[in-house]
Amino acid sequence: MVGSYRHSVTLFVLSISRLRAETHFGVQARSRQTLNDTGFVTITFYGVRCMPQEKILLAHGSGGRLTHDLIREIFLPPFTNPILEPLDDSAKITNRHGSIAFTTDSYVVKPLFFPGGDIGRLAVCGTVNDLSMIGAIPSYLSLALIVEEGFSFDLLKQIISSLHKAAEEASVMIVTGDTKVVEHGAADQLFINTAGIGWVKPGANLSGMNAKPGDKILLSGTLGDHEIAVLSQREGFKFHGELKSDCAPLNDLASKMIDACPTIRCMRDPTRGGLATTLNEIAAMSGVGMLIEEEHIPVRESIRGVCELLGLDPLYLANEGKLIAICPPNEAGQLLNVMKNHLFGIDGKIIGSVTEEHPKKVILRTLIGSHRILDMLSGVQFPRIC
Amino acid sequence: MDEFRNKEIAGSLIQKIKKTSTRPVQLMEVCGTHTVSIFRYGIRSVLPQHIRLISGPGCPVCVTPNRDIDFAVALCRQEDVVLTTFGDMMKVPGSTSSLQKEKAEGGDIRILYASLDALKIARENPQKRVVFFAVGFETTSPTIAVAMIKAREEGIKNLFFLNSQKQVPPAIRVLLQSKQLGIDGFILPGHVSAVIGTKPYQFISGEFGLPGVVTGFEPLDILQGIWMLVQQVEERRSSIDIQYRRVVNEEGNPLALSKIQEVFEKDSGQWRGLGEIPESGYRFRELYKGMDVRNFEVEVEPSREDPGCLCGEVLKGVKTPLECSLFKVICHPENPVGPCMVSIEGTCHTYFRFN
Repeated sequence: MVGSYRHSVTLFVLSISRLRAETHFGVQARSRQTLNDTGFVTITFYGVRCMPQEKILLAHGSGGRLTHDLIREIFLPPFTNPILEPLDDSAKITNRHGSIAFTTDSYVVKPLFFPGGDIGRLAVCGTVNDLSMIGAIPSYLSLALIVEEGFSFDLLKQIISSLHKAAEEASVMIVTGDTKVVEHGAADQLFINTAGIGWVKPGANLSGMNAKPGDKILLSGTLGDHEIAVLSQREGFKFHGELKSDCAPLNDLASKMIDACPTIRCMRDPTRGGLATTLNEIAAMSGVGMLIEEEHIPVRESIRGVCELLGLDPLYLANEGKLIAICPPNEAGQLLNVMKNHLFGIDGKIIGSVTEEHPKKVILRTLIGSHRILDMLSGVQFPRIC
Repeated sequence: MDEFRNKEIAGSLIQKIKKTSTRPVQLMEVCGTHTVSIFRYGIRSVLPQHIRLISGPGCPVCVTPNRDIDFAVALCRQEDVVLTTFGDMMKVPGSTSSLQKEKAEGGDIRILYASLDALKIARENPQKRVVFFAVGFETTSPTIAVAMIKAREEGIKNLFFLNSQKQVPPAIRVLLQSKQLGIDGFILPGHVSAVIGTKPYQFISGEFGLPGVVTGFEPLDILQGIWMLVQQVEERRSSIDIQYRRVVNEEGNPLALSKIQEVFEKDSGQWRGLGEIPESGYRFRELYKGMDVRNFEVEVEPSREDPGCLCGEVLKGVKTPLECSLFKVICHPENPVGPCMVSIEGTCHTYFRFN
């Protein structure tokens, strides 16, 4: 009735349960387009296996579990190659001259303008940061715009001006571009796509696969500023207190950190899916566990208040001007000093350590000293945050 | 907030619990927000092993029966209907569809943060029939009542309500009458009690001889509430006490209760997992019957539930999600089979995130 399945964990009751779920909405599994060509579905030991979806959901863009499944199931299989597989923030292409970092990103944030930034600034900072996290000096960006018919010239000029300022701040050049105009309603005002390249600093070897038990985990500042700023602007919430995106280029900070500590294992900027998702990604890639101290995680009072009101968890909110760094334990003190002496790292903290226990799981020691699992984001908190 | 998350005080309360509790005890936390808080602060990891916390049916999304979801689905397939709802209801699977799927197919479904927002949509769309999917316990019912009162006062004729509201105390009575569980005490909901006070719970101690403590949601609240319950169990006392004194008093909120009284009268309610419970729901009073969407002529498919889904047993506290064969295998937040996995306060969702 529903085709055949091969499970890497084979349990009869599992098969029966799956059959029931497959026909839950009366749809025959054979007709699902997202089954692979052989009709086989494997259950990986990452944990949960997604049911083949019929349509793309907003959650596929959240940076959480469904995004990872989409990449793993749809994008990776046809494109698998050694450069792509690490799935770090940028690709690292190495030849006899050295290593080049190469990245791409798209920006669909709504609204286009928010406290602390706009889509233009976001486009530059996001791309620059992805290159910086792999240890590269960001140099050149491409800029492609998809603009809706009827979009205001004044607004476009404001965004381009902001983009220009951000590029100057980050010392990068926009060297190539493209523009498309689509009918009114087809692009919700403006989408931006970028690509960026830069040479990787000699000797830098940063990757999510490098974390080792005993390493320390550092965070450069407060969580949740960006997502709450965008959300409050979008929904028209009026809160007391400073709500401002942290959107910032981190290349200078990252470069100084690598100079001070060439043995940094990895750096990541916790964007969509937040700190929790990024830590889980690294834990999975490196095959290690992590223990995080909740009392050391910096969150502004204003952001905490909004989160409590709206039932949000700051550990899962997007950030656009923060980085996580993992380093050998004897380097952590010095690295923290470098961080705290920089404008974009003054609130930096050591928030935890990498462990041998509970591999691929991130455990949080809570404010009251108890423990719980800190999982990857499931579902979507809010769409179009970056 | 920090004062209610103080590590030293938490440590002291944990020690008091350990010193006081000498025997195995099962406590039911009825409210979904308690389920989340208990997991979020790792409360189980600091309690002695012989104190067991069971999650109860206090998640209004989770106890909404399939037939109400199916009715909502049928409504939003009508051309002139705008369906408004709280966000949690979007992903709850009905018999063959969900509001999320219907939205993807073009249904006009809008997420609200407050029931009063439905009035605004009704005013702005006079040619449409705007329906609010009213799901919630006593914490939410006053706000829905106020929305209905205002709609009537303003003469808004195109706003309707799909009523799926429930009351907590009758569900607790059903659980106690079933005798399936060996419950020794109840962690009672904080915000429901802010509205109804403690009188509706007196039967727990009076008829069944069990203690209950109205508890807040911060970690120190929960630890203190558990300590108060354990003390009563050890001393073989049973009374309904309030830990959450900064928000709750014995009389409740008379203004909120009066609004509920003005619009609704008690009726039987249909609960997923618990069946029909007398006087656990509401019907509209005569003046407001015109807003009842169940007067619409709409074809609704026959309701059915997935036979593998254990939400009903989980809601009663008889089973945990870990005992469900679908849990984490097929059923997870991106592909929920039952409502307990959909709501962020659902037991299965909470187990998935934190366990």
